[in-house]
Amino acid sequence: MMNFLFGPSADLEIHLDGSDDRKKGDVLLDSGKKEACPVYFDGEAVSGKVNIRLKQSKMEHYGIKVELLGLIEQFSDRSSQHEFLSMARELARPGILTQSCCLEFEFVSVEKPYESYFGVNVKLRYFIRVTVTKRLNDLVKEQDFLVHTLAQYPDTLGGIKMEVGIEDCLHIEFEYNKSKYHLKDAIIGKIYFLLVRIKVRHMEVQILRRELVGVGPNSMSDCETVAKFEIMDGAPVKGETIPIRLFLSGYELTPTMRDVNKRFSVRYFLNLVLIDEEDRRYFKQQEVTLFRRRPNRHRRIAQEQHQSQSADTAQPVHQQPDRSYFHHRSAHFGAKSPAAASGRTAANADGANTANNNDDNEAAVSPGNSDNSSSQSGESNDQ
Amino acid sequence: MSTSTQSAASIQRLQHKRQTLEDAYSPPANFLEIDVCNPETHGVNKDRYTDYEVRMRTNLPVFRLKESSVRRRYSEFEWLRGELERDSKIVVPKLPGKALRLQLPFRGGGDGRFDDEFIEERRRGLEDFINKVAGHPLAQNEKCLHMFLQEQTVDRGYVPGKVRTT
Repeated sequence: MMNFLFGPSADLEIHLDGSDDRKKGDVLLDSGKKEACPVYFDGEAVSGKVNIRLKQSKMEHYGIKVELLGLIEQFSDRSSQHEFLSMARELARPGILTQSCCLEFEFVSVEKPYESYFGVNVKLRYFIRVTVTKRLNDLVKEQDFLVHTLAQYPDTLGGIKMEVGIEDCLHIEFEYNKSKYHLKDAIIGKIYFLLVRIKVRHMEVQILRRELVGVGPNSMSDCETVAKFEIMDGAPVKGETIPIRLFLSGYELTPTMRDVNKRFSVRYFLNLVLIDEEDRRYFKQQEVTLFRRRPNRHRRIAQEQHQSQSADTAQPVHQQPDRSYFHHRSAHFGAKSPAAASGRTAANADGANTANNNDDNEAAVSPGNSDNSSSQSGESNDQ
Repeated sequence: MSTSTQSAASIQRLQHKRQTLEDAYSPPANFLEIDVCNPETHGVNKDRYTDYEVRMRTNLPVFRLKESSVRRRYSEFEWLRGELERDSKIVVPKLPGKALRLQLPFRGGGDGRFDDEFIEERRRGLEDFINKVAGHPLAQNEKCLHMFLQEQTVDRGYVPGKVRTT
């Protein structure tokens, strides 16, 4: 490709089989452009053709090989790349090409353990790379493709139900119908007010994405508010119930990814935020698991199989609400040293969140917008 | 919209307890109103000072008196702010400015810090301040706030502490 006098001696083009029939998704290329690429699933074969179009009468080469690679790229200053998947095939032995040709390749039963992900600090991509080894410079061409991972959870899993509050000021009970949602699901829930001694102006639900890359001192965390949805405008009183109905298909979401190749995680949280008359925010974050469901056709077949197998359907478990308290983390008030408001508060908060990582389920009161320059825990200030 | 592919049952509202009529029509439990009004200048010539009436009406159980009226001057607001900054974990809002430039002789024009316009501006700032502070759940725990709002005089030699026993 660096043959200044004569230009590239050949054009390489990779064409994946069945790409017209497959579902397509957007891949974010290194150049920043988006390209529609076919979607593959775990275990599927990846096959295709490589078109080599000669620009000169002949081309001498030392071998042509095709590779299927899975790569995790970290965008930190070290810009480390890690190949977690590597398969190679030799397409042609060293020789001379006298005419343009088309070489076929096939990788059977390729294990694709992780889903493609294009994030803020990390990228996970799968691609085919063709290399024509030459004397001076190699010819290289890459073609990306997407991988989706599918999961399935029974519908009868319990939801999330919790009582949260600030003692003698605000007590609410919130409920979400599930703890695991698929990407086209709807979050159905409700907020029940037990005690309202503050002047609430409005309430909203947010979907937060937290991307954690790396471990230890080199770890980077990025928190993004994917969605904000106001569910109540005005001041509630005791005994009122506010419904939540939030459709996930309207937002760009990925499945929850935990510890991918021990390098990064992508986790999602539902953040319930109450804002009072003085712009103070009271919030409770709750982790939810997002997953990608099998397409309709496959799901119906699987359901029929499952129904014929199971003897009786499980009754949905009615959970007793966990008791928890809004955590008065002094870090949220701009003080220098964090301290729990009371021993009882901390104990209850820890005891309630047995199913979820304590570090990630936080609740706090934060000072009004007029008073603080930056808000903690990823809250965005509405300017 | 994907609603057409979801059954009505899967997106139906969750069952909830109906609100009692008593809860629906009772006065709200968050009633708190504080007015800073009736500025009065006391004393003569050099030793003059202005104080304001701080009138409070509330139904919050944390406050001992449901109605109170006290007179406070600017320096006592400053004292309250200092106590809250030190003891409570909140970021305390700012007070309206001190009248430093106006206090210099022959500067500022008019009556300096006893100017009606200045007093009105200060009154508004103090009202905003005290409402923000008194409505904060963590500030409501502080003894200094209760003394400021409900005792006739501010005892600067008090023992700082929290009001709630838990």
